Amino acid sequence: MGFQTVKFYQTGTFTVGNRLLAPDERSVQAGEMRSNSISSGHRACQGCGEALGARYAIDAAMAESNGQLIAANATGCLEVFSTPYPESSWQVPWIHSLFGNAPAVATGIAAALKVKGKHDVRVVAQGGDGGTTDIGFGCLSGMFERNDDVLYICYDNEAYMNTGVQRSSATPPAARTATTMPVGNEPGNVFGQGKNLPEIAMAHGIPYVATATVADLRDLEYKVRKAMKIRGARYIQIFVPCPLGWGTASDATILMARLAKETGTFPVFEAEYGEVTGVLKIRNKLPVEEYLKPQKRFAHLFGKHAHPEMIARLQAIADRNIRKYGLLQDQES
Amino acid sequence: MLKQTEGSKAVAEAIALCRPEVICAYPISPQTHIVEALGEMVKSGELPKCEFINVESEFAAMSVAIGSSAAGARSYTATASQGLLFMVEAVYNASGLGLPIVMTVANRAIGAPINIWNDHSDSLSQRDSGWMQLFAETNQEAVDLHIQAFKLAEELSMPIMVCMDGFILTHAFERVDIPSQEQVDAYLPPFDPRQMLDPAEPISIGAMVGPEAFMEVKYLAHAKQLQALELIPQLAAEFKQTFGRDSGGLVRTYRADDAETMIVAMGSVLGTIKDVVDEMREQGHKVGVLGIISYRPFPLQQVREALVNCKRFLVLEKSLAVGMGGIVATDVRMAVRGTGLKGYTAIAGLGGRPIPKTSLHKLFLEAEQESLEPVTFVDLDWDAVNKQLERERQNRHSGPIAENMLHDKGMSTAAKFG
Repeated sequence: MGFQTVKFYQTGTFTVGNRLLAPDERSVQAGEMRSNSISSGHRACQGCGEALGARYAIDAAMAESNGQLIAANATGCLEVFSTPYPESSWQVPWIHSLFGNAPAVATGIAAALKVKGKHDVRVVAQGGDGGTTDIGFGCLSGMFERNDDVLYICYDNEAYMNTGVQRSSATPPAARTATTMPVGNEPGNVFGQGKNLPEIAMAHGIPYVATATVADLRDLEYKVRKAMKIRGARYIQIFVPCPLGWGTASDATILMARLAKETGTFPVFEAEYGEVTGVLKIRNKLPVEEYLKPQKRFAHLFGKHAHPEMIARLQAIADRNIRKYGLLQDQES
Repeated sequence: MLKQTEGSKAVAEAIALCRPEVICAYPISPQTHIVEALGEMVKSGELPKCEFINVESEFAAMSVAIGSSAAGARSYTATASQGLLFMVEAVYNASGLGLPIVMTVANRAIGAPINIWNDHSDSLSQRDSGWMQLFAETNQEAVDLHIQAFKLAEELSMPIMVCMDGFILTHAFERVDIPSQEQVDAYLPPFDPRQMLDPAEPISIGAMVGPEAFMEVKYLAHAKQLQALELIPQLAAEFKQTFGRDSGGLVRTYRADDAETMIVAMGSVLGTIKDVVDEMREQGHKVGVLGIISYRPFPLQQVREALVNCKRFLVLEKSLAVGMGGIVATDVRMAVRGTGLKGYTAIAGLGGRPIPKTSLHKLFLEAEQESLEPVTFVDLDWDAVNKQLERERQNRHSGPIAENMLHDKGMSTAAKFG
């Protein structure tokens, strides 16, 4: 993985002080040259994981492309909170077309840049999990298959938050959403087969696929910068907790992302041409309860009418992730 | 240069002469030959500086065109029928964003029942999408309208569909004058976009607009089309100067000066109509023709002027507003409001049903005698229709309509040929 050796480490906080690092090792976000691609004053909720993830991702992409970046955006929270007429938070050229077509719009932009010989200008497309794993899936797969020169970033908060927290194909089993209510014998979302988009992206054989979380922002920046060094179709899925949709405290966003990673619920890895090339190891393995309990969307699994069997199934999913990706320190990945 | 060529091939050559920079292609009959020919031209190098992208759906085709147009590239695609319907969300988006994309619609029926043949249901379903729609009567006009379309679209920063009858025009081989590159370059300047995604001047395109400005944005789309009513005749006049032939414009009349009965139509059927009118004129009937080239914007004033001196008119259209009657006829009636003219609607040629001269002759005579119903379905098999209606009255589980119809038709054909 692309971490510099951690030289100064505050045990238990995961914080790396940028001031203690050499300038070339400092994060994009800590640098005074950061582009502030998404300026402050937008209308995201307090504690929004997506706003944080997008800020880091786009600023990193700007840094890597020397400010020569165009962004296409699917309909969703990010689009709505960043551009209520007549305001726009975007300091990069930015286009929003539809919910399900951001990858194709980005393809068109990339084609225009190619034909005009603007090889230094790069393209990112971005959307939420609904816009990516559901309604935009066809266009995304087409963009992958053609290997168009686009970095697609999915901000995954595991439901349709913009429309009021409805289930998407990225919603985890047992989670409460407005369309998977905690009623009946198996409350919350069904235990389906899942739809693992990073793996689907890898199955297209594209040059680069990665997952990241807003708990590991240096890793996120590294992956975006790495992706921007590569030509062709690239996919990064960033895990972005949503205080509103998940029923978590607005100051718990980073914590929730970290717990998702530390329990194995959300494996953090990178892959090139369909092969996993690196994983972010779990530092301190925790049971899934630690991750589930603070979230109101899983509240029905605990308490008087608890569903330990459902928790066990979620633990089994996490354990499978840990085995499959080799997420423990002593495992080979 | 004069050529004996297929309509689709001629259109492909015209598009290439317009120096498109991004072409998105998804196959659907009957437009496929156009993008196939363009794909070959890009690959061979005959059409340089152009990206040809095989997309995974029509929705993606229009979406790619949205992205490329917004990034400042002259963008083109072609579609028809189900394909146009599949891209509808992006069709509205392209016009809403004011992107001057040119798209050929090889007009074809819409299913169910699935049907690949010609009528005008597809593009007319996009009547209110904010796209301009120009209808070609011949392959020569299809070629010429495409060249004019890029200029019109880019001047107004609004998209245009150039509509040509599927198969009847797209697959017909006839003589077409393909202009030279010098002529087209002289007529059509390079694309100079009104808005462009550019890191040097970052702008946001497609922001969310609430009640405070939405109506104004929509009105401006309307205003652009009103401007097009002025611009389309100008561009046709300039076209004549450069290319030496009449093509395009808003409307075109034929033998209309002293006509008492006017036939109104769009597209290739105008050729058949003119033949019938010639024959009827020889027999002393005062019949004339009004061809509508610009369906959107709809030239209310020009249609009114063309009809105001006749006694009655018949709109013959290859489209049906189910539960209402005619689509084009409704607009024509709007144009002649207050004149007291008698107006008739004839629905013909749906799903590729042939429109023979004998049927038109009979229809026009009935219009002249004012003995038509307000809405007439030309050459409808009433026996088959009534049989199905009776079947539905008799049997709750009457089954699928289309299959019943085919069965009945098969039976009657079998009986006929014994």
